[in-house]
Amino acid sequence: MSATENTPRNMLDKIWNEHVVHAPTTGPAVLYIDLHLVHEVTSPQAFEGLRLAQRPVRQPARTLATPDHNVPTSDRSLPIADPISRKQIETLRENCAEFGVQLFDIGDVRQGIVHVIGPENGYTQPGMTIVCGDSHTATHGAFGSLAFGIGTSEVEHVLATQTLLQFKPKTFELRVDGELSKGVTAKDMILYLIGQIGTAGGTGYVLEYTGDCVRALSMEERMTVCNMSIEAGARAGMIAPDQTTFDYLRDKPESPKDFEAAVERWRHLPSDPGATYDRSNVYQGKDIEPQVTWGTNPGQVLSVTASTPNPSDFSDPTDQKTTQDSLDYMDLKAGTPIQDIKIDRVFIGSCTNARIEDLRAAAAVVKGHHVSSDVNAMVVPGSGKVKEHAEREGLDKVFKEAGFDWREAGCSMCLAMNPDKLAPGERCASTSNRNFEGRQGKGGRTHLVSPAMAAAAAVEGHFVDIRDWAYKS
Amino acid sequence: MKAFTVHSGVVATMNRANVDTDQIIPKQFLKRIERTGFGQFLFYDWRFQDDGTTPNPDFELNQDVVKDASILVARQNFGSGSSREHAVWALDDYGFRSVIAPSFADIFYNNCFKNGVLPIVLPDADIDELFKRAENAPYQLTVDLENQVVRDESGFERSFEVDPSRRENMLQGLDDIAQTLLVEDKISAYEAARTW
Repeated sequence: MSATENTPRNMLDKIWNEHVVHAPTTGPAVLYIDLHLVHEVTSPQAFEGLRLAQRPVRQPARTLATPDHNVPTSDRSLPIADPISRKQIETLRENCAEFGVQLFDIGDVRQGIVHVIGPENGYTQPGMTIVCGDSHTATHGAFGSLAFGIGTSEVEHVLATQTLLQFKPKTFELRVDGELSKGVTAKDMILYLIGQIGTAGGTGYVLEYTGDCVRALSMEERMTVCNMSIEAGARAGMIAPDQTTFDYLRDKPESPKDFEAAVERWRHLPSDPGATYDRSNVYQGKDIEPQVTWGTNPGQVLSVTASTPNPSDFSDPTDQKTTQDSLDYMDLKAGTPIQDIKIDRVFIGSCTNARIEDLRAAAAVVKGHHVSSDVNAMVVPGSGKVKEHAEREGLDKVFKEAGFDWREAGCSMCLAMNPDKLAPGERCASTSNRNFEGRQGKGGRTHLVSPAMAAAAAVEGHFVDIRDWAYKS
Repeated sequence: MKAFTVHSGVVATMNRANVDTDQIIPKQFLKRIERTGFGQFLFYDWRFQDDGTTPNPDFELNQDVVKDASILVARQNFGSGSSREHAVWALDDYGFRSVIAPSFADIFYNNCFKNGVLPIVLPDADIDELFKRAENAPYQLTVDLENQVVRDESGFERSFEVDPSRRENMLQGLDDIAQTLLVEDKISAYEAARTW
């Protein structure tokens, strides 16, 4: 199809076309990558590959590294106890020094979860192509960029060539009209959408979130939505940039020096009127209630007012088996009301929900309350900067007075690579993004919720409907 | 990358949908800085009992008849979740050369082609048929990338789709980076022309 100036183009078309370096008649395009984020877990083998082939990093200035997956969130003055974790973080340090890549290391206030630090420092900008060896790279699409996760072979490819071989994905518009009800958050919106289209519903697509409900979201809320695109099977999710985006970026350290010129350029990014998508679904904000996952994938999600399903609710034998397997793993009976499920642990953190607005929302719930005596609860800020910001606002005191652990920045118990993990059989209300078997520790059971819902569950010891919460100011 | 042309081997089946990469290779094994040696940890939490060393007798891959399996047949959305390429490294290191399923997660599918492990998509009905035939274990299949065909010795023969460029790279075991660097002048020209 020839795209003339008069052919309406969607946002993906525009960003894609601007980044094609080479488009052979068959096979994938060579796509330029504007920003490459690197962390300790998926990069060592890529740097080793460069060394073996005697290749440099082509664009160190477009590459930014930080340790996040493996870092302890306890006392940072102590050495890392696990020798293999320590070695991996030291390897990142050595690789960055050898190849000239900027590193926000432990001890630097800018260290944090890679998907938190990119946006908060202004590296993430509209119209960019952004990749990282991490599936939650979709987060950055909140700014109207094409951002997606890649494997380690591709990390090496980007380091060596600043490009990737890519087939153009299809586009899938998820439009949410109207308004969200009080107490319903961006996290509930994305969990609801994943529940609607399923964990493979977005496979092969870039999701574009549109509609009044999406436009009304803050940048941090938009990041929460885009972050979980991969849980619907989509490598990328995006939201068109608007005044909210520009206002967020205006004072960030790495934002363009000629900011107004950049804004002028970014204003052309949103899909043109009349532009089409390969698929479009429309939802109503008023239909979305606070969400809680009950099973072992993020598509197994229900409203807080619902009860766990019965395998016989499904006709397909694979669905029946999957439902039964999930109930068994989660140690839940069919027909259990969500609000009867008691929890042992609460985790507020992760690239999905560890930014300042998330911590404010959770703190507002726990203020004047105390964590249930049956529950162990922790807050892990998304970055050193988020932590500092929260402490300036006194949120750390609110959490600590309520009985929460207040930790240093990192991925922590979202994936439990560091010492923060569930014991077998423990049940956790978590603001993270995956409820897979063993994700937060072997035998652990994860329920995904919003920060406010997690905080309320910490206080009550079981899930409650946040819309009924008695806030104490 | 090692080349893949034709492979014949024993089939193992895994009757589970949405097998995610956290199951294929749990996080505690992602701390290694090498590409090799991940096979011993493949499906670790399912494969071993709580002591981490005693094989779980109920787990699919621990059955004697599939202990030398090199082709895995699974259900939809295989390889979902985390982008960790370690999942493919673990399958490869364990001895799997091909995974056949009704659908794959995008990142996993892509990672397979970077490592000479061939992911094959077949319709649900064909997967059901393979599950049925594999009950008579050991069951042997031939995966022929050259001719884009999966067949057994008793009449099952299905063609499969694969992108021609991916097929070519895999047949020849080509290195993507070296391929891309053939157009390095275009990358330089693109960088020079960028005004923002």
